[in-house]
Amino acid sequence: MSAHVQIQIIAILAAMACAIPGVFLILRKMAMICDSITHTILLGIVISFFIVQDLSSPLLVIGAALMGVLTVYLTELLNQTNLVSEDSAIGLIFPALFSIAIIMISKFASSVHLCIDSVFLGEIEFAPFDRLLLNGTDIGPKAMYLIGAIFIINLIFVLLFYKELKLVTFDKSEAFILGFAPVALHYALMTIVSITTVGVFQAVGSILVISFMIVPPATAYLLTNNLKRMIFYAILIGAINSAIGHYLAIRWDVSIAGMIATVTGIVFTIVFILSPNDGVITNIRRRKKQRLDFAKLSILFHVNRHMAKDDFVEECNINTLNEHFRMNKKFINDTITELEKESMLEIKNSIAYVTDKGRDFIEAYD
Amino acid sequence: MDSIIRVDDLTVAYREKPVLRDIDLKIEKGRITAIVGPNGAGKSTLIKSILNLIKPIAGRVLIEGDVYSNKNQDIAYIPQSGSVDWDFPTDVFDVVLMGRYGKLGWFKRPKKEDKEKAERAIERVGMADYKSRQISELSGGQQQRVFLARALVQEANIYFMDEPFKGVDAKTELTIVNLLRELKEQGKTLVIVHHDLRTVPEYFDDVILLNKTIIDYGKVEDVFTDENIDRAYSIKREAVGE
Amino acid sequence: MDLSIFKDYTIQIVAIGSAILGVISGIMGSFAFIRKQSLLGDAVSHSALPGICIAFILTQIKATEALLLGATLSGFLASYFIFSIVRYSKIKFDTALAVVFSSFFGLGVVFLTYIQKLANSNQAGLDKFIFGQASTFLARDLKMMVAMCIITIVLVGLFWKEMKIVSFDSEFSDTIGISSQKVGMLISFLIVLAVMVGIQMVGVVLMSAMLIAPASAARQWTNQLSKMIVLSSIFGAISGVVGTVISSTTSKLATGPVIVLVASVIVLISLIFAPKRGLLWRKLKFRNKNKEEYKVIE
Repeated sequence: MSAHVQIQIIAILAAMACAIPGVFLILRKMAMICDSITHTILLGIVISFFIVQDLSSPLLVIGAALMGVLTVYLTELLNQTNLVSEDSAIGLIFPALFSIAIIMISKFASSVHLCIDSVFLGEIEFAPFDRLLLNGTDIGPKAMYLIGAIFIINLIFVLLFYKELKLVTFDKSEAFILGFAPVALHYALMTIVSITTVGVFQAVGSILVISFMIVPPATAYLLTNNLKRMIFYAILIGAINSAIGHYLAIRWDVSIAGMIATVTGIVFTIVFILSPNDGVITNIRRRKKQRLDFAKLSILFHVNRHMAKDDFVEECNINTLNEHFRMNKKFINDTITELEKESMLEIKNSIAYVTDKGRDFIEAYD
Repeated sequence: MDSIIRVDDLTVAYREKPVLRDIDLKIEKGRITAIVGPNGAGKSTLIKSILNLIKPIAGRVLIEGDVYSNKNQDIAYIPQSGSVDWDFPTDVFDVVLMGRYGKLGWFKRPKKEDKEKAERAIERVGMADYKSRQISELSGGQQQRVFLARALVQEANIYFMDEPFKGVDAKTELTIVNLLRELKEQGKTLVIVHHDLRTVPEYFDDVILLNKTIIDYGKVEDVFTDENIDRAYSIKREAVGE
Repeated sequence: MDLSIFKDYTIQIVAIGSAILGVISGIMGSFAFIRKQSLLGDAVSHSALPGICIAFILTQIKATEALLLGATLSGFLASYFIFSIVRYSKIKFDTALAVVFSSFFGLGVVFLTYIQKLANSNQAGLDKFIFGQASTFLARDLKMMVAMCIITIVLVGLFWKEMKIVSFDSEFSDTIGISSQKVGMLISFLIVLAVMVGIQMVGVVLMSAMLIAPASAARQWTNQLSKMIVLSSIFGAISGVVGTVISSTTSKLATGPVIVLVASVIVLISLIFAPKRGLLWRKLKFRNKNKEEYKVIE
């Protein structure tokens, strides 16, 4: 397997692993918590490093994951005081913890190579060189196994607790009544988010974890309202983005993680504009159609209501309807023609009458 | 009688469905008018459309024969008290003074005269003791009275209120009712979204019965009949009085 | 402590610069805080990276003005995207923030790797963008910062009552003829401007803290927006000066993180000790209430 292919596989696995918890983060309006965790895990790593004095120890990963959960806990604690709003609580906790980390690194650990650029940007380019040895045999890059394992853990977590997660996400109080401890599940999810972040950030860098975790689920959210499909689409979109991003990065010789995030953003934008479900174009078209539908309804309602009254001749004259509605005359005329075609409206001597079919339509509308 | 507000063929829609359909309406000058109807009938939407906060699909609203933006200094709006963040860093006096901002225009600061007006309005709604209270420390009824005072300092001719009696104590309800009558005596026009059917004949002169379309409108004694109410609520009479 | 540092010209400049930054972010942070847009600053600051890189690629020099212009344009574009996503789809504000800033940042990183390949650009390091470079702060930068500070104060002063009423009750302000959309845009514009000024000093990550922390602290001490803003800018300025002094008297201590920690300590003190709102006050009040209830029972 060439290094490129290995990097490719790692990037795809990372995107897939991130997409799973990401779906629940955006549905629970916690996208920015992810931003917070990606910053504070640095403090977890630094503190663990001071304890074990070894940069390659797996304890660093555990320390980082614990710090992620602690961040969520502190943010919620601050939020519960009601002294600051939720977004401010996020914005107060993570810069403080992050600053402590930076100071500790620059003050006490500057001899150790904890390169800031690599924390933020990751070093996926070098991932294939860090090999996993089993009984002395080289079985492939470490990162591939680590991220692959995280992907599988996340998948199992969601499969096991799908029903509970769904309930907790959409109806907290209901979940509580039914006995699914929402707090426990919440922290389980936060642990998953933290572990995923820690596992992936070595490869792609902490800030781009957010791109992996939030953007593909957000893209999927624009394509479907079904939770199962959303998870599936998010994983698929994440994988495709990674493949394209990696290809372009190699071609243009730029940062792989950066290029994947850029592609992820572009794919989101394309879906945002074109999505058949909730895209901008669909919405514009839908609004146009709605405008016509509403105009039809308005005319039918108006004519129907005035047919029984004395001001009928004046109010239902098709040449003056546009003035009553404050609408463009051509638009009104087109609408009237359409209604005539659908035989909901009859015109006699420029006066509009609602037909039986039109009346049925109005009544059916309620 | 003399109509001050005219609504012609108004249709309003949120995303999916039309909320108000082909509304024709006249509101009489110098009277207290209730807008009554079941939940989701479009009562707040009607007020917000008149106030130009929501753009209609069709139709128009005229206030004294003119469009809203030319008349906005004549109009006071009292939103539902749940519509703002009460933890905002401000006190009662300051909120009431905000009622003067529209009259002041850009760049100008409230003057002594404006402040005196605010003081008087606070007294009028019985909140003098709470003048420098942080607004988060107020009860629901007190919040409503603060909004009422803010509307008073606007010195408007037409008042729109969105469920001013919702969740308020008896004292506040009485204060509001007395104020409504005082304002009416001064020749002001009042339009109020109301949900308690029992008090309609006592508090109001005119009533608009609304359920997406106008069921009927006019004097309470003419319009507020069992038959019309049944039509507006499309339910049996027994369930109405609850 | 060695007091001679106050005579050091560079440190004076940096201290004054961070004090002014504290004032600007204190003012605009208060508006972000009350409008519940605290994290907008965080997103916008990350989004500045591609703009800075493009400005650098186009001009090939490290002129502060050009980079600042690039950063600002990029920041505005990002906030435009954020508000558009919220407006035209079902995606919520916080998700829109994360989507936009991570994509912008990714694009910035792509440009950065491109720049690093250019021969003459050894100084375009990402760490400088992320942590700021207060130590290279020049008198020229200071002038620009003073100008920005004056612009902010003048605009907030001129549109004070409009900004206040729109932030408190946007519907009401629309009914009296003050457009909540226009004034809201002005506020967002000033927030973005404050962020851009701060980036070069404390860097991207910590700029959001400068926006949020002084305002959060100030909110605890007062119930009036005007006083809150004054206090918030004082807290911001104190954090700036104290942070600069601490970091320059201690070896190997970056300025940005220290400023943020000082601001965080001010927040912590405010949350605990502020009269009426503070946690300690609340606890005492609660205990007294319990005592009174005891007495009644007895």
